[in-house]
Amino acid sequence: MTWAPITVDATHFYLQVYFWIIVAVLGGLFLFMTFVQGGQSLMHVAKDEMEERGIVNSLGRKWELTFTTLVLFGGALYAAFPLFYSVSFGGAYWVWMLILFGFVLQAVSYEYMNRPNNLIGKNTYKLFLYFNGIVTMILVGAAVGTFFTGSNFTYDPVTRVLHWGTAADGFNLRGLEAAIDFKHGAWFNLALGVVLFTAARILGALWLMNDLDQNEFAAVHERLRGILKRCFVLLLISLGIVLFGLLTMKGYSYDIHDPAGKVTLVDGKYLQNLLAFAAIPLILFLVGVVLFVIGIFQGIKGSTKGIWPAGLGIVLIGIIVFVIAGLNGTPFYPSYADLQSSLTIQNSSGSKYTLEVMAWVSVAVPFVLGYIIYVWYQMKKSGPITIEEIQDPESHAY
Amino acid sequence: MLEWARAQFAMTAIFHFFFVPFTLGMSFLVAFFETIYVKTGKEEWKNITQFWQTIFGINFALGLSTGIIHEFEFGTNWSTYSWVVGDLFGAPLAVEGIVAFFMEATFAAISFFGWKRVSKGVHLASSWLLAIGSNLSALWILIANGFMQHPSSEFLRFSLDNARAEMTNFWALITQPVAQVKFLHVVSAGYTLASVFVLGISAFYLLRKKHVEFAKKSAAVAAAFGLVTSIFVVVIGDEHAYEVANTQPTKIASAEGLYVGEKGAPIVAIGIPKDVDARNVSSNEETWSFKIELPGLLSLLGKRSSDAFVPGLKDLVNGNPAYGIWSFAKLHQVGKEAIEDLKAYHAAKAKGDKAAMEKAKADFYAPVATVDGWTVTKADLMGYGYLEDPTKIYPPVSPVFYSFHIMVALGFWFIILFAWAYIAILKGTFENNALLQKLAVLSVPLPWIATSFGWITAEVGRQPWTVFGLLPTKISATPIALQNVQATFFLFLAAFVILGIAELKILFTVVKSGPKGAH
Repeated sequence: MTWAPITVDATHFYLQVYFWIIVAVLGGLFLFMTFVQGGQSLMHVAKDEMEERGIVNSLGRKWELTFTTLVLFGGALYAAFPLFYSVSFGGAYWVWMLILFGFVLQAVSYEYMNRPNNLIGKNTYKLFLYFNGIVTMILVGAAVGTFFTGSNFTYDPVTRVLHWGTAADGFNLRGLEAAIDFKHGAWFNLALGVVLFTAARILGALWLMNDLDQNEFAAVHERLRGILKRCFVLLLISLGIVLFGLLTMKGYSYDIHDPAGKVTLVDGKYLQNLLAFAAIPLILFLVGVVLFVIGIFQGIKGSTKGIWPAGLGIVLIGIIVFVIAGLNGTPFYPSYADLQSSLTIQNSSGSKYTLEVMAWVSVAVPFVLGYIIYVWYQMKKSGPITIEEIQDPESHAY
Repeated sequence: MLEWARAQFAMTAIFHFFFVPFTLGMSFLVAFFETIYVKTGKEEWKNITQFWQTIFGINFALGLSTGIIHEFEFGTNWSTYSWVVGDLFGAPLAVEGIVAFFMEATFAAISFFGWKRVSKGVHLASSWLLAIGSNLSALWILIANGFMQHPSSEFLRFSLDNARAEMTNFWALITQPVAQVKFLHVVSAGYTLASVFVLGISAFYLLRKKHVEFAKKSAAVAAAFGLVTSIFVVVIGDEHAYEVANTQPTKIASAEGLYVGEKGAPIVAIGIPKDVDARNVSSNEETWSFKIELPGLLSLLGKRSSDAFVPGLKDLVNGNPAYGIWSFAKLHQVGKEAIEDLKAYHAAKAKGDKAAMEKAKADFYAPVATVDGWTVTKADLMGYGYLEDPTKIYPPVSPVFYSFHIMVALGFWFIILFAWAYIAILKGTFENNALLQKLAVLSVPLPWIATSFGWITAEVGRQPWTVFGLLPTKISATPIALQNVQATFFLFLAAFVILGIAELKILFTVVKSGPKGAH
């Protein structure tokens, strides 16, 4: 089954590239925002109720941002690449449903867990936060991993028949095979899941060190520094596996000028992508890694500012991961069941008109970022979270 | 599978809709209370603001979280839909995310946690921006829904090459009258809902002789806001019904149980309709077990003339040449021809036969009628080609009829309640009027019933279409094994039940402990 790219119109193509970069930026920002999930996986760091409330209040004031970034990420993909939305969400059904489930549990937990008469008890809500912080993160990472290793589907855009393949054992796991089918790169997907989880945990620790008063929560800060050291080791191992996989696996490729859009497997494709465009992706990726490591070392040494270089670093890393997955003639949602069913930014995109309209709408993004930064500044300028603030009866504390 | 996918989506929608209208209204009420606080500088208004804000916050979390399920369920459960109309449907969703959702979430942080971290002015501005963001969010999602209710060639064209609907005019999409009146109807219903809640809880305190000053002040604001918004709900609801009557005749006919079209069609005030095969009905009398009707009002509602003709379900299935209404058989035939043209086009394209492609294209876009100055092509009627059963071209009558009538009746009751409460507050008698207070308390659940039935009217009434006249529900679903959808249905059902009960218990606890105990 082969179909031609929707268009060879240059403007349309550049808009497709533009929107893939937008998706990449949103993906990078989402990775930064996962400090909330990472922080949730660190609840055990608290040794008494006040320490726990400090952590909950610090993360709870930011949970909407991960959530809204995810919504916008979904909305942008829907608007710009509706065929991906259709195939991935409809096909990898269980992965997305479990991710959704994790986010629903997260949303209510902050607001409900410390309220009297909350039905299922504080510990259940804590468990929900752990689920969202650990399982959801690994699933998101594994889902992103399939952008490189491929998924088990065939799709005909004319008859609109989507077929999600059955794994060798006869079960149709609807996307979960990404985490257990080792013949088709589950090891890579899981390693990426662990990278995402570990990075989120590091960001969570750095965020809490920045947001909780250094004197009043001194013991928490000390324990978080220990966490940073251990997570850094785990990150290095899992990142090593991911980089090994990325640089050695065969990558999916197509010629953007070929009307047939034929997809082939190419050795070293993702290395080629890193070196493309005058090696800018590789440079930015390395800058991101360096910033991230600087942030970690700042945290280990006791600085509360590590979240900022680490945050910027993870945004850059995230952007490059998405860029090398979808640009330079690379199908961003490859099918290992049928190479020619693979989705590219060209054959899965919205119409030229829709992309043009959305490009105008995207002008609003800097303003949105502007007021988010303003709000963060306003909230942070009066200092970190203190015990007094949490105990203040006039505060809306979790 | 289809029915389970629909059930799951309906469950999510109704659960989501328990919280969204409430937060739409509460966000404005909280902003009103805070504005009074900033203007007067009196601490009691700050206490009032913070109490209602706490209740807002409890609902906000569940409203937001169930919203995300909706967005992703379009992909997980309705993947064919997502591809066929994603070019149009995705854009409003993305805009919602960019311009509204972030505004709502970002300013919520200041509004909840910034009481001592930012100045009074910045805090007040944040509360207003939170309210505006919430309502803008509703605007964009209702633009998307409005398109599903009334897809128009003003803003879309079915693309032969891509086998999907594509956007042609964004401005026309966002200014479509159906979406605009729907937005105004839904948000004003949300304001009414929140006002009933605040009035009812205030009345509860007055009955218990607790937090009297707090209750009187809260009730005064709620009654004033509720009176204005409840009147507006009914007025804009009338306009909404007019739009529906002219764009979705099967929905309005089902909502009024009208089987045989007539001039001077009545509205049935109270009745028990029968679900019968519209093709064989000879008169409207035989389709009711009982009814009390108001002559001419349906014609007035739908056509703005008390003796105008309103088509019934029989006319819409069998056709009525006198009024230019095509039969289902004819619509189906033209739709099937369009499907064949589409297949022929792609067959020719695969062979590289350009002449055959041009012919198929010309046939596909061939004009077949002119309606209100718009040329209708075969392509516009392709959706009818997928429908087989003429009796499934309209929704089930009873659920649409009852949900519509209960919603309307409750809408009028809210005007009476608010008018009565407002006059009593002006006269200073509300505090001692136990009957009115009890009615206000008993009315608290009613707006949730009204808004849920409103959605049932809108969405069940749209059947058998996902996108009215364009895409049937039965081909919109994801091809997936039944067990997957059943499993996730029960997974989310369990979560919704547990979280819903938790929400109610927390809410009752906060209400019981009152404004001071809440902080």
